[in-house]
Amino acid sequence: MKIRGVPVTDSTFESIRSQALDRVQELYDGTKPVIMVGTATCGRAAGALEVLRAIRDELAKDHLDARVFEVGCIGHCYAEPFVIISKPGHPAMAYGYVTPEIAKRLVKDYVIGEDISLEFSLGALEENDLIPSIYDLPRFAYEKHIILENCGHIDPEDIDHYIAKGGYEALAKALKMQPQQILEEIKQSGLRGRGGAGYPTWQKWEICGNSRSRPKYVICNADEGDPGAFMDRAILESDPHSVIEGMVIAAYAVGARHGYIYVRAEYPLAVHRAKIALRQARRLGLLGRSILGSDFNFDIKLFQGSGAFVCGEETALIASLEGKQGLPQHRPPFPAVSGLNGKPTLIDNVKTLAYVPRIIKNGASSFSSTGTKESKGTAVFALAGKVVNTGLTEVPMGTTLRQIIFDVGGGIPNGKRFKAVQIGGPSGGCLPESALDLPIDFDSLREVGAMMGSGGMVVLDEDDCMVEVARYFLEFTQRESCGKCTMCRLGTKQMLEILDDITKGRGRMEDIDTLYEMAEDIKAGSLCGLGRTAPNPVLTTLRYFRDEYDAHIKERRCPALMCHDLIAYYILPEKCERSCDACVGTCTVEAISSNKKGIKVIDQEKCVKCNTCREACPPQYNAVIRLSPPELVLAAKGKK
Amino acid sequence: MNSVSLTIDGKKIRARKGEKVLWAALDNGIYIPNLCAIHEASVPFAGCRLCFVEIEGRNGPVTACTETVEEGMTVNTQGPEAQRLARTALELLLASHPVDCAHCPANRACELQKSAAHLRVKLKPKRFRKIERELPIDSSSPVFTYDPNKCVLCGKCVWVCRERLGIGVLGFAQRGFKRVVTTFDNRPIAESNCEGCGDCAAVCPVGAMVLKDENSAKTSHVKRTAITARR
Repeated sequence: MKIRGVPVTDSTFESIRSQALDRVQELYDGTKPVIMVGTATCGRAAGALEVLRAIRDELAKDHLDARVFEVGCIGHCYAEPFVIISKPGHPAMAYGYVTPEIAKRLVKDYVIGEDISLEFSLGALEENDLIPSIYDLPRFAYEKHIILENCGHIDPEDIDHYIAKGGYEALAKALKMQPQQILEEIKQSGLRGRGGAGYPTWQKWEICGNSRSRPKYVICNADEGDPGAFMDRAILESDPHSVIEGMVIAAYAVGARHGYIYVRAEYPLAVHRAKIALRQARRLGLLGRSILGSDFNFDIKLFQGSGAFVCGEETALIASLEGKQGLPQHRPPFPAVSGLNGKPTLIDNVKTLAYVPRIIKNGASSFSSTGTKESKGTAVFALAGKVVNTGLTEVPMGTTLRQIIFDVGGGIPNGKRFKAVQIGGPSGGCLPESALDLPIDFDSLREVGAMMGSGGMVVLDEDDCMVEVARYFLEFTQRESCGKCTMCRLGTKQMLEILDDITKGRGRMEDIDTLYEMAEDIKAGSLCGLGRTAPNPVLTTLRYFRDEYDAHIKERRCPALMCHDLIAYYILPEKCERSCDACVGTCTVEAISSNKKGIKVIDQEKCVKCNTCREACPPQYNAVIRLSPPELVLAAKGKK
Repeated sequence: MNSVSLTIDGKKIRARKGEKVLWAALDNGIYIPNLCAIHEASVPFAGCRLCFVEIEGRNGPVTACTETVEEGMTVNTQGPEAQRLARTALELLLASHPVDCAHCPANRACELQKSAAHLRVKLKPKRFRKIERELPIDSSSPVFTYDPNKCVLCGKCVWVCRERLGIGVLGFAQRGFKRVVTTFDNRPIAESNCEGCGDCAAVCPVGAMVLKDENSAKTSHVKRTAITARR
């Protein structure tokens, strides 16, 4: 590789940094309270913008001068809206589940008054003698934040916040290194691609770097599409500069001059914040021509994907970027050799790129000291589904599922039993309770039939039917399959029809064999990764929850009482309080009537199984139950 | 050296350097089933998944249309693994294809029939469910009839119309099972910019696009044999 001539002058970056430090330190100069509101998408969905407005209004009413700014997602999505108040002389305090009313009280009682309002607080954000710290929560014993470090603590729309936290130091350092040295550092760190496959990042970089062809491109893959996954979105919304800095370093290492952030249009806030970040980085000379005074030029454009799941596949992403239909192509050639416009193209996931500045700044060993033998560093997971603490978490590779779901995630809500965890989205698999103590990394997950994927983790409890879960994910892949290759287009369709039949009580035992045969051939014969991993949810549920398939087929029974066609609603006569009419009144199709004794009876012919009566029945009676198979209703009636 | 020598099914052959295994085999009289392969296309479509072969030293079957020939390569088109995948793909296609050969204009000139005979697959396989699309037949063009239900989505018509002729009337739309070859805005062919050359029908490997009358095409840019498999 060519040795670059003009070294970066330290003074260029130093002046940028000292200006940023001055500005940010002024914020915390101890004269005014600082209020931060988490307004990433998760916060906004919970009403963070209303909270922000309430805070501003209340402050204006009292003519109080406080500094209010928006931050990203701190990871505690379950407790959104999330507000941090840092008042001179007090430790910074975190407040969760804030409503506009609570926000007004916080301003009155704590910002103006002296009441710290512990009843709304989640804890202090720094160790102190008075108030328990949020870091005393058990989850922090398991978490280790590398790329989520800044998320929720800095204003993503202000580059100075990022720089004051040490941002772009890695870039200044990298520009003084040889590309080969950077590559070596990434290699030593053991960083593997966080998009799902876990391919060694340095290998991709090396292949792209060694390619003679010009120009070269760097693409950030932010086309996150797995149901239940939101890690990439949160990072772009909360700390976009870390991704940009990673891209610039990658571009320098491989010799690229053009970059793209390919982000879904369904992530408008991520798009907005990334655009602001790009503009600010360009203004400070951290992007564009002669970056930091060196002879290195690199600029990034933002491209919005139109919502095709398959465009997360790198060859499809490139086709989409070229203005063609987002269809995958046969690999090889790999994009690192022939990608965008047929030129060498480095494609990395958002999280992979966000690790890069940290590795360059703190050295490879800071990263490789965490994690397992083959999977270094940390893993970011989006916890969703039936788990108490939904949100983002970053844990060292090798942490067990039990630690993530029960210690970090707080377990299953409403006293229900854990049944399975779906990892890796439609390409991943469902793992049962017996896998909870598995230390997870790229390879261990693959061994048990799942995959790391991009990090979505959907927790399922006893009320979830595993056949239906498999059907749901297969329906997703079938709908999102590009349809180009026979295996994926028609194979998943055949599998879906079979699963559809099973959930409707029309399954046959031979169908299971066909599912296995199909799954094997689709995995081996599909054109791209989408098809090759599509059978995973079916294969893992068959492997770990075969009894549920058997119950559906042999007994027409859904053990989780979820499959519509296999259940019936029934009112237990001995529990029914005769004078109560709650179910009769709420039934949407007038299927419930009172018999002579005043006991409520459901007309099974009319019942549409909407579950309204079960919800309406007062908890002290709890007379409405579901039975599976539906024929049990007749048996129950006969017994009576 | 502009050619390499390799062995396919025990037969020693020479092929142009850079050639794909599929064409090397076909040129030497070794048939490998295929629907979507176009020799002139810059990038293999690799969509039909019928041309699986086994290559010594490779992990699992590969598609012959995407593999470049290499000196000393040993290819087996009859390997059990490759045949299994090809059969599955063909059975899948047949399960979603209205198999009514006796009334089909493409009868006996159909690549599906040919592949089925080669792979010893019944035209009405029992393993899978019959799932058809039930789309309307478009006979608006004076030149050809288009039955999307018979279409195997090989993309040859799209390639000819777009890449070779630069007309671009035909294209793909929708995703997954709903994927279909159609015109812009899904209009009938007669309401599109179709010039009536009939080349799409000439390259269709099955009976999805069929000339109404062999002489009705205005101009004939291609002969069927020029682009479809050299049989």
